Amino acid sequence: MSAGKDMVTWRALNAAMHQIMEDHPESFTLGEDITTWGTGGGTYGVTRGLLKKFGRERVMDTPISEEVLLSAVSAAASRGTRPILEIMYSDFSFLGFDGIINQAAKNRYMFGGQFDVPVTIRSNGGSGIGKAAQHSQSLETLFAHIPGLEVVVPGTPGDAYGLLRTAAASDNPTIFLEHKNQYYDRGPVGTEAIPFGQARIAREGKHATVVATQQILSYSLQAAEELAAEGIEVEVIDPRTLYPFDMDAVYASVGKTRHLVVGHEAVRDYGWGAEFVAQTVEAAWDKLDAAPVRVGGSRAPIPYAQVLEEAVIPSKDDIVAAVKRTLA
Amino acid sequence: MTEYQANEQGLAGLKLMAKIREFERRMPLLSEEGLIRGSTHPSLGMEAIAVGVSLALTDKDAIASTHRGHAHTLAKGADFGRTMAEILGRKDGYCGGKGGSMHIGVKELGVLGTNGIVGAGIGIATGAALASKQLGDGSVAVSYFGDGASNQGVLAEAFNLAAIWKLPVIFVLENNHYAQSASIDDMVAQPDLTKRGEAYGVPSFSGDGMNLEEVYGLATAAVERARAGEGPTLLVLETYRYLGHMAGDTEIYRTKEEVEAAKSNDPIETLLARLIEAGVITAEEWETTSKELFEEVEAAEQFARNSPYPDVSEAFTDVYAKGASA
Repeated sequence: MSAGKDMVTWRALNAAMHQIMEDHPESFTLGEDITTWGTGGGTYGVTRGLLKKFGRERVMDTPISEEVLLSAVSAAASRGTRPILEIMYSDFSFLGFDGIINQAAKNRYMFGGQFDVPVTIRSNGGSGIGKAAQHSQSLETLFAHIPGLEVVVPGTPGDAYGLLRTAAASDNPTIFLEHKNQYYDRGPVGTEAIPFGQARIAREGKHATVVATQQILSYSLQAAEELAAEGIEVEVIDPRTLYPFDMDAVYASVGKTRHLVVGHEAVRDYGWGAEFVAQTVEAAWDKLDAAPVRVGGSRAPIPYAQVLEEAVIPSKDDIVAAVKRTLA
Repeated sequence: MTEYQANEQGLAGLKLMAKIREFERRMPLLSEEGLIRGSTHPSLGMEAIAVGVSLALTDKDAIASTHRGHAHTLAKGADFGRTMAEILGRKDGYCGGKGGSMHIGVKELGVLGTNGIVGAGIGIATGAALASKQLGDGSVAVSYFGDGASNQGVLAEAFNLAAIWKLPVIFVLENNHYAQSASIDDMVAQPDLTKRGEAYGVPSFSGDGMNLEEVYGLATAAVERARAGEGPTLLVLETYRYLGHMAGDTEIYRTKEEVEAAKSNDPIETLLARLIEAGVITAEEWETTSKELFEEVEAAEQFARNSPYPDVSEAFTDVYAKGASA
C-alpha cells in the first residue's frame, strides 16, 4: 500500500464507511446510537456524517436489541443487501450469538452454497481505557474458532481503512474488531482495499519473529526498538486477519529468525496464539531453534483500576522478556 | 365462508394439504427404516397453516421456518422429491444433503431455511423484511414459529423492531399446544398470545389454524398490510400436532383421547366435506385424486431413495464464498 495521508484510526474507518456506502448501493449501516451520540458518529466517531450524506433509509439508529439485530442483518444479507452493523462493544455481541454463529456462519454451508451472507459486524474489543470487565474483552479467538466467519483485527489506521473496505465487499459474514484504545492512533492511510489473509511485516529483523495484533503489536514494536539497542533485531508480523490467516508469512519469517513469539491481548490460554504456535511447530519444526513463547492476557476478567488492568494485559516488557526467553 | 372453499382454489389447497400429509406420514416410517439420521419432526394436523399462508404469498416473498418445517417448505412450492432427498441426506436434496430435515433452504423460492434453533426464524424473517424495505422490492416475509418459540427473548426484540420500522413481516404463531413435551398451559401465564403482539404495537389476530379458509383470509389481510407499508402482523393460529414431537416420541405427556379429539377437527376432512357439499368434487373423484397424490409422493420418495449420497469432498465446500480463502 502506498503511504497516504496521516489520519487517526476513527477517521480512517469513517472514510472507509463513506466509500463503502458509495461503492455498494445495497449496503446500509445500523447500530445503537450511531447518528446522534457525541458528535454524531456513534461512540467512537466512525459513522460520523453518514446520516447527512446517505439519509435515514441507509443509516439507522436501532433499539438496544442485539439478539434480533444480529440475526436480522444476517438474513437481510442473504436476501440481497450488504448490511454493516455496529455493535457498540464486542462484549454485547454475546446477546446475539445465535444470529452470528448458528445462523450467519452456517447459512452458506447448511443450505449447500445457495446463499451469500455479505454482512459485516463492526465492533471494538480490547482494554486500556478503564472500561472494565464487560466492555474490554478481546473476543477474536472466539470468533476465529467458528467455521464460516472471517475475523479482522486491524492494528493501524491504514489497515483499518483498507480492511474495512474488504470486509464490506466480502460475501462472507465478517467480524471486524477495532481496538478501543487505538481509535486515536495516527498513521498513513491509503486509498485501496487491503485483501484478507495477507500478513504485514511491521518491522524487519533477523533474530526473532514476533507475531502480534493491535495493542500488543504496538507494544511489540516498542519492544523491538528496545531490543535493537541491545543488538537483537526482531521481526514483527501483524497477521491483520485471523481468518483467513497467513501462516506462510510466519513460516518465511521463522525461516529467517528461527525463533517465534506470539502475542495478543486475548486470554493466552486457548488463544489464537496457541494455534499459530501449533501450526508452526507442526509445519516448520525444522526452522525453529527453540520452543516458541506465547504472551497473552491473564486468565482473569479485565479489572477496572488502571494498575490492575495493566497487570492482566501483556506489556512491552513482557514481549522483551519473551524474546529473550526464546533466544536464551 | 363458502366462496373461497367452494372453488378451484379451495380444491388446490385441499390437494396440497393432502399431499403434504402423505409426505409427512412417511417420515416416521423412513426414520424407523434408518434412512433419516438425527431427528425429524412431522407436522400432521398442521397443514392448513402452511398451505393457507403460502397461498397468500408469491415466490418473491420469504419464509423463515422451524425445526418442524417440511410443510412450510413444500407449501411454498418446493419440489417434493428434492425435499425428501434432502431429508434423506442425498445429493439431489436442495442442500446437497448438508442440511437435512432441520436445514432445508430454497433460495429461488425465498425459503430461508427450516431451522434447528427454536425461535431463530423470528429474527430471520424480520431481517428478510428489512432487506425488502432496503431494496424496495415489495416482498414480504413470514416467520413461522410455535407456542414454545413464543417464549424466546428474540420475539420481544423482533416485534418492537418490526413495529417501529413498519417492516413487511408476518409473524405466524402455530399454537399446537406443546413445546416438545411441555404443555403451553404450564409454560405461559397469559394464554392469550395475541397480547404479546399488541404489547409491542403489532396488530394481532387469532384464528382457527385447522381451517384453510380462515388462515388464508388472515394471511391475505396481513400480506396486504405489509405490502402497503403498514408494518407487521401477528397471527396466532390454533392447531394441533397429531404425531409426537419427533419420531420415537413416547408421548407420555398427553392422552390418546386428547389426540383423537383434536383429529375430529381435521383440516383436510373438514374442507373435503365442504367441497363435496358445495359440489366442487365428489367423494369418488376425491378417491381418485387421493390415489394420484399418493403416487406423486411415492414417486418423490423413490426419487429420494434413488438419489446417491453426496461425494465426501462436499463436506469441505461452501464454508466460505468461492474465491475467498478457506
